[in-house]
Amino acid sequence: MSERQFGDVVLSFDNVSISFGAVAALTGISFDVHEHEIVAIIGPNGAGKTTALNVINGVYQPTDGTITYKGEVRTRMRPHEAAVKGIARTFQNVALFKGMSTLDNIMTGRNLKMKSNLFAQGLFWGPAQREEIEHRQAVEKVIDFLEIESIRKTNVGRLPFGLQKRVELGRALAAEPEILLLDEPMAGMNLEEKEDMCRFILDVNDELGTTIVLIEHDMSVVMDISDRVIVLEYGRKISEGIPEVVRSDQKVIDAYLGVTH
Amino acid sequence: MHPELAFFIEVLIAGLLSGVMYSLVALGFVLIFKASGIFNFAQGAMVLFAALTFVRILEMGVNFWLAIAIALAVMIVMAVIIERVMLRPLVAQPVIILFMATIGLNYFIEGFAQAVWDADVHGLDVGIPDVPWMALLDSTNILVSLFDIWSAVICGVLVLVLAYFFQKGRIGRALRAVADDNQAAMSVGIPLQQIWAIVWAVAGIVALVAGALWGQRLGVQFSISLVALKALPVLILGGFNSIAGAIVGGLIIGAVEKVAEVYLGPIIGGGIESWSAYFIAMLFLIFRPQGLFGEEIIERV
Repeated sequence: MSERQFGDVVLSFDNVSISFGAVAALTGISFDVHEHEIVAIIGPNGAGKTTALNVINGVYQPTDGTITYKGEVRTRMRPHEAAVKGIARTFQNVALFKGMSTLDNIMTGRNLKMKSNLFAQGLFWGPAQREEIEHRQAVEKVIDFLEIESIRKTNVGRLPFGLQKRVELGRALAAEPEILLLDEPMAGMNLEEKEDMCRFILDVNDELGTTIVLIEHDMSVVMDISDRVIVLEYGRKISEGIPEVVRSDQKVIDAYLGVTH
Repeated sequence: MHPELAFFIEVLIAGLLSGVMYSLVALGFVLIFKASGIFNFAQGAMVLFAALTFVRILEMGVNFWLAIAIALAVMIVMAVIIERVMLRPLVAQPVIILFMATIGLNYFIEGFAQAVWDADVHGLDVGIPDVPWMALLDSTNILVSLFDIWSAVICGVLVLVLAYFFQKGRIGRALRAVADDNQAAMSVGIPLQQIWAIVWAVAGIVALVAGALWGQRLGVQFSISLVALKALPVLILGGFNSIAGAIVGGLIIGAVEKVAEVYLGPIIGGGIESWSAYFIAMLFLIFRPQGLFGEEIIERV
């Protein structure tokens, strides 16, 4: 992986803190994410990993510090505004639209790309119908890519967890994001499913050039696919670097195995 | 046809048709509940406000269709204002807070409607005569009001349009997505605010249709907002998040009310019509709390 080329800094946290009442979820976090990079955020339970993702896509606003995205300092931002600016994500416990088919779920990912007006949409005529077909083609590409053709029409509520995670990735990809946030993309998967998911993540990064920030508990996966690893513990960053360095960092080993202070 | 049988059918049809009116009111509740999980206590007040607006504009001598258009526009504007002023600041608050807000909204709209217009009883004629359907009466000896038939047709068309709107294209998908999972919907770039405004506007339009039809029957007056109470058992029967449930629930409640009044009334005393719906609702709460079509709530333990 040594020949991998990255672009400029696309996302940057500068001294970001967030607290909920008296509980400090993140304290003084700083890091950069470069274009085309795969960055993993790891840490024990409750370290603030999901909070960090939630801050990036605007679910939470930092109480302190600044976030710079594509060279612009970001003030208050809501999740759908983050989506408009090219940030897509998946969720730890899978947040699919359970009453809808695989196809419809992934189509919602195209929502922002669809332009026809409300009136035409309501009646679903002319331009709206043409547009639907156009976007349907983009979605079919995503479905091919993720090898989920056979479950196209299946209601996602009936799919096993591993496949749901794949559909959720598809929904995020359909938006053609610049940054993809993945919250434990391999949780609850068997070995084969994990290998598939790794391959998809690497392919997305390689073929589409998408920047990826992911949270994962499976260390072998993290060490295999990430360019850089950020380690959090109790809301603070305790280590950062390429996988080989982080792996042998004594602070990281202590955090995972637990030491008596 | 045997006169007893003809009479039974007549009672049944009358019940089903008045059930259609309950369905209409229940539909407004379901739309908002589906999209936001909020039980909108103010739906009855919206029916009153819509009907009052419509009848008062008509009384000014405005053309019938223009009056409908103006009333529609007023309901849409009201939805946008409700979203801006009430719902947006309360985003991400627990559902019970939003429910309380709709109670406040209910009293506000009731007062506002009567302050802007007035508190008198207004007769409303939507142009459909409330007379027996003679062709049916002559051939089968069954007495059914033409007005009821027309109400059923209008309600049917409205439901079909809504079902289509919810099923097709970007907006339909966005509506269903928001109904399923707010957070996920926002993460794919669906603006929650816009969807909520649309849903409240549609609920307002449904309220206008319900208000106009009830208004012709009962006269447009304050008590029209109480029809919302009849929608409650319908919702318990049909399930809070099912459009089909609102329709079938309304039909069942309407039919049971009338049949019980006519056939059980003489045996156990009259006035059953006013409480039988709640009795059925109670049975449902005990034996099938999710309703006929509602989603069963399964907790992961």
